[in-house]
Amino acid sequence: MTDTAPVVEMRGISIEFPGVKALDGVDFRMFAGEVHSLMGENGAGKSTLIKALTGVYGIDGGTIVLGSEEVSFSGPAQAQAAGISTVYQEVNLLPNLSVAENIMLGREPRRFGSIDWRATRRRAAELLAGLNLEIDPTSLLGDHSLAVQQLVAIARAMDINARVLILDEPTSSLDADEVAELFRVIRSLKEQGVAILFVSHFLDQVYEIADRLTVLRNGRLVGEYRTEEILRIDLVQKMIGKELASLDDLEKRSRAVVEGDEDARAARFLDAEGIGRKGKVQPVDLPIAEGEVVGLAGLLGSGRTEVARLIGGIDRPDSGSIELRGDGVKLRTPRQAIAHRIAYSSENRRDEGIVGDLSVRDNIVLALQADRGWFRPIPKKRQEELAQSYIQALNIRPADPNALVRNLSGGNQQKVLLARWLAIAPRLLILDEPTRGIDIGAKAEIQKLVVNLAENGMSVLFISAELEEVLRLSHRVAVMRDRRMVADLVNDGLGVEELMALIAEGSGDEDNPGEAASASPTPPAGPAPADPEGALR
Amino acid sequence: MTATLEPTSVAPGGPDRQDGKPAVAARLRSALRVLISPKYGPVLITLALFVLLFIVGGVRYTNFFSAQVLLNLFVDNAYLIVLAVGMTFVILTGGIDLSVGAVVALSGMIAASLLQAGWGPEVVIPLILVLTSVLGLLVGLMIHVFDVQPFIATLAAMFLARGLCYVISQSSISITDPTFVQLAVTRIPLGGGASITPSVIIAVVVVAIAVWVLHRTRFGRTVYALGGSEQSGMLMGLPVARTKVLVYVVSGFCSGLAGVLFTFYTLSGYPLTAIGTELDAIAAVVIGGTLLTGGYGFVLGSVLGVLVLGLIQTIISFEGTLSSWWTKIFIGALLLVFIILQRVLTTRRR
Repeated sequence: MTDTAPVVEMRGISIEFPGVKALDGVDFRMFAGEVHSLMGENGAGKSTLIKALTGVYGIDGGTIVLGSEEVSFSGPAQAQAAGISTVYQEVNLLPNLSVAENIMLGREPRRFGSIDWRATRRRAAELLAGLNLEIDPTSLLGDHSLAVQQLVAIARAMDINARVLILDEPTSSLDADEVAELFRVIRSLKEQGVAILFVSHFLDQVYEIADRLTVLRNGRLVGEYRTEEILRIDLVQKMIGKELASLDDLEKRSRAVVEGDEDARAARFLDAEGIGRKGKVQPVDLPIAEGEVVGLAGLLGSGRTEVARLIGGIDRPDSGSIELRGDGVKLRTPRQAIAHRIAYSSENRRDEGIVGDLSVRDNIVLALQADRGWFRPIPKKRQEELAQSYIQALNIRPADPNALVRNLSGGNQQKVLLARWLAIAPRLLILDEPTRGIDIGAKAEIQKLVVNLAENGMSVLFISAELEEVLRLSHRVAVMRDRRMVADLVNDGLGVEELMALIAEGSGDEDNPGEAASASPTPPAGPAPADPEGALR
Repeated sequence: MTATLEPTSVAPGGPDRQDGKPAVAARLRSALRVLISPKYGPVLITLALFVLLFIVGGVRYTNFFSAQVLLNLFVDNAYLIVLAVGMTFVILTGGIDLSVGAVVALSGMIAASLLQAGWGPEVVIPLILVLTSVLGLLVGLMIHVFDVQPFIATLAAMFLARGLCYVISQSSISITDPTFVQLAVTRIPLGGGASITPSVIIAVVVVAIAVWVLHRTRFGRTVYALGGSEQSGMLMGLPVARTKVLVYVVSGFCSGLAGVLFTFYTLSGYPLTAIGTELDAIAAVVIGGTLLTGGYGFVLGSVLGVLVLGLIQTIISFEGTLSSWWTKIFIGALLLVFIILQRVLTTRRR
């Protein structure tokens, strides 16, 4: 297979941004009928390389050969015309238009200058059928789940008779069933001879689907490997360029805490009893002790974020009560929660977290300043000290308090967000997917930080889709399923399989096990969401 | 459609497709879904409102229930319909055009002064349409190239156009050109004593073309795409920049044409005419069901919006005792209700 000529060959690609060399002489190639995974930490240059290939960025050096001819694209439209299609992480489609239009927009069949709607819908239906999807082409795209929208985006890509399909973090917000569905589609496209570029932070998925890997680090090429020829541990080492010992070490320390001073953690900080919200999450009990890390595990849409939002004062519970150190409190707004030193760091970093147009320093002092009240400004000097100390403590890159947060990589944005909440000295820190979509190095740093904070007496509610991570950090793990808490376990040598089984089936026979498969994220909307005719499955 | 107590019965001939086969309950549910969708909901409610207002007028006043009252809505508001068409294009992309009222006045002034100087209408009218389109082009370029807020760019164009009116003349110029006069007085009988003016025909043609463009051309669909998400449209390889500029050209052209129709109606050019008309056009578009954030809406909805505004005016004039300012109060209240409705319908879905 390797003997055939590559479909895409990028040689010596360099791209410079003001002050940064984003890519430095990178080679990259793709073969027909192969899934190629681009690996690297955040800031390694993956996105930049993809954008160079799709014509979003111009290249400052190097050549791109497509098929047998050298090409240079001045925009996504040209790249698409040449057969390179991209499906981005945040599905870039139009929720206000029909599925058919989203697939065909810009290429609708026309008769006498008029769009032929019937032919458009027929063609869209054919493409959907080609991917084995049963979706009504006339339904509005916005009525479908993100997973379905992603598949629609792929259907759109296929209409261009794409030779090259780029999937940029397609699985980051899908649950296991949806990932399986996506992989089925990827495999069938692969058989049709499409060259697929698959970018993901999930190593399991990469090993499951990819035939070939290219590793980038700091804008440079580390190497190209066949998936079956490289061990995971070697791959991770190549990606982060340092030994992974820190992760193992962390695990031991965290375990030591679990086994060690039981009574030291006995003092309860927060005691939530029967808090729930109609249509969002069934009433749950959740005590959190001082210095305890409680993991919240479950699939996307299982209610884990909803619980966190109730405790963080983002949403109001319509049942139950919350006690802090034995005193009943009302947490109706984030402000009240903050006043009680409870901080909620959202899973939606970009929209509910950082303020992209403000500097690192401004982002860090934001919560503290809000808590003090705007009439008592934090002195410039103190702001500077705060920013500097957190930049150092959390190893934020670039170490420049005046850098705009929008220009930081995902991992560093997450650290800035953490710094913002740490600045108010919280007693309970709620972290909703703090490590999603960030590189392994930053992930390890954040995990270490969580352990350190807990050792110093802070309570942490930790949510993550990665069960290993939840198990590594948590003293206790609460498992959510179908908007209900199905287990609350002491993490005393819990295994991933055990947890997985709980997430899939619940703790007993209290409800019909057939439900397990349908735990897909129906968006946590009202009781009767306007469901689209004929959604996926 | 079965007439029941459900609010869905207000949607005769609504754009939803009924199969007729499923049980009544299922049909009602799907009809209800159409009613609360941000796409069809507001426009159907406007239609219901129009019918309701017409019935109220008919019950309260004698001589109200006539074809001519209905047709006069078109006769009196032909220029506003054309304006609303252009505004619909702009608002569908998520933009706004505040310059249209001033451009109406400006094209009236250009027409009146050039006709007075002895130019023929066959030169004057095309010239006005070209000039206002070019003004729209400049506004569009300003918005696209310099990334200026549409609100600001069109506000600047509004002051520019209004200022130019005074450069042409400080006072009213009357139009005596025989063609214009002819167009102003011509009535086209539709039988039964009812009649319309040539302006109405022009407005209807403009509406028909706009409907075709928006629903049957790639440009039109890209307009909707822009309102959905400009970023996505760009990444989907759509001609985002060209479309964004072109909608302001469309709006400029429509403003120029509306200005010409307005002079047919008033037979004069006056620098102070059509002050605030841009807001009437925006109100009509919003009441007609186009979301201010773009992406959802129909030209026919905007026409309906204009008719509702006209009908309110007619009812108040039939009432006789109320000051015409009550029109503004009603329109204001209506606008408020519709904007809240938009919020509700769009937040429901997130």
